[in-house]
Amino acid sequence: MKKPKTETCLTILTVVVIFAAWFLATGSGNVSKLFIPAPADVWKSFLDVLSDGYKGHTLLDHLGTSMQRLVIAYLLCVVTAVPIGLLSGYNSKVRALLEPIIEFYRPLPPLAYYTILVLWLGIDEESKLALLYLAGFAPIYIACVAGVVRIREDYINGALTLGANKRQIFFYVIFPAALTDVFTGLRTALGVEYTTLVAAEMVAATAGVGWMVLDASNYLRSDVVFMGVIIMGITGIILDKLIQLIEKHIIHWKGRN
Amino acid sequence: MSDNWKEQLYEPAGELIKVENVGFDGREQLTESEELISIESVDLSYSGKTGVIKALENITFNIYPGEFICVLGPSGCGKSTLLKIIAGFIKPTAGGIKLDGAEIKGTDWHRGVVFQNPPLYEWYSVRSNIAFGPKMRKVPKAEYEPLVDEYLAKVGLTEFANKKIYELSGGMKQRVSIARALINDPEILLMDEPFGALDALTRESVQDLTRKIWWDTGKTIFFITHDVEEALLLASRIIVLSRHPGKVIEDISVNFSRQMIEDNAADIKFSPGFYKCREKLLKLINSQR
Repeated sequence: MKKPKTETCLTILTVVVIFAAWFLATGSGNVSKLFIPAPADVWKSFLDVLSDGYKGHTLLDHLGTSMQRLVIAYLLCVVTAVPIGLLSGYNSKVRALLEPIIEFYRPLPPLAYYTILVLWLGIDEESKLALLYLAGFAPIYIACVAGVVRIREDYINGALTLGANKRQIFFYVIFPAALTDVFTGLRTALGVEYTTLVAAEMVAATAGVGWMVLDASNYLRSDVVFMGVIIMGITGIILDKLIQLIEKHIIHWKGRN
Repeated sequence: MSDNWKEQLYEPAGELIKVENVGFDGREQLTESEELISIESVDLSYSGKTGVIKALENITFNIYPGEFICVLGPSGCGKSTLLKIIAGFIKPTAGGIKLDGAEIKGTDWHRGVVFQNPPLYEWYSVRSNIAFGPKMRKVPKAEYEPLVDEYLAKVGLTEFANKKIYELSGGMKQRVSIARALINDPEILLMDEPFGALDALTRESVQDLTRKIWWDTGKTIFFITHDVEEALLLASRIIVLSRHPGKVIEDISVNFSRQMIEDNAADIKFSPGFYKCREKLLKLINSQR
């Protein structure tokens, strides 16, 4: 067997220390269960919610609702922000048209304009999807523009001397050359959307992990809150790893040029 | 093409090139019009911090089919800029360039370029990089596939056809770059200090390859270098540019590279004639500092 790397051991050590501290703190009985529920309680609430559900929905229902919102909005972002971003990078006129909109709303906290979206689209799914979509659009767009702008001029000049036209250069040179940056944008966007999702569910929802955590805190169910937070954390890591895996598969040349 | 051009290249030396008739004040008294590219009073200036800077001044010369021209000059003399103008990447401030009598407008595949730092596409294999030109020009696949094999063989990379670009050494990358430009059968191959970043041994082998390709295909080559020895080992004609602004200060024909091929004279660079020529050019370039 391959010897595990020191860095891997250190990562595992961090996790172990946190769990040990958790067990010790709650095991001594000096800490109120309200502030830090015991690991066993959190585990029990996990099994409970998994089988019996929380307020009419099982854990998988809550998670599924959240994931559905996330995935739909995210896919919409990918199929629109990537081409629009790349085009903006390639054509300065398109960029000039779109820049003011992006620059204006990008620094706004999503929850600030959520109220406007609710006003326009109602309290249901549409406003949530629109919020997530807007939150994810900006980082992808900006990464795509940056990716195209920093492409070496020789890449494009070279293609011209080989007989490529502008359209071919876009598809065969610009797009693949910018992919590394596109994926950086995709990862950032997923993170931003995930954060926004939980926030959105805390404002107006009847299901979803974010809603579950908020609702449980109203009833001082710390065990459910902890469980929900841990689930969100793990889901976030899994989603990010998934993107990294796809990236590694597609951009085989990354970091080797 | 018949092998006639090879004879004309040197014998009689002045007949085709007419170096004697070229006034370096910019006037060229050639009457025949069989030149491939004619560069006429090209100026290039750009505005810098301290006002307008002149990079090239009154460049005038013709390039004839089958020539291997090396442009020598101290760094900053605008020799790469001259290549970029011929390639169509930048427009001259004044003057014009004609290819086969027609004004050059923009970049196209009739002038192949080999860059100093080869911009090969990492997302493609070696084979796909070489096939890029014909593919973009919508040449049928059945037509260009055998060509790709031919050019892979020409640059000695047949076994590396399916490798990724990052798996290649610097010399191999430059070979791919040459094959990629040549497969389009351009009118002229423009090479911008292509071997400057390579180690001495690799450089010698790609120089040999370039010389052989030139001789075997009769391709016209326009080659930028700052290395006097490299110019002497490759060129059939050497043009020297002065420093700031770049002006043509010397235009000579040399035949060391031909001797290397025809007489298999690999050690020609140790001959007194080569030495003398090298000293003369070095002196000229150093006097520019």
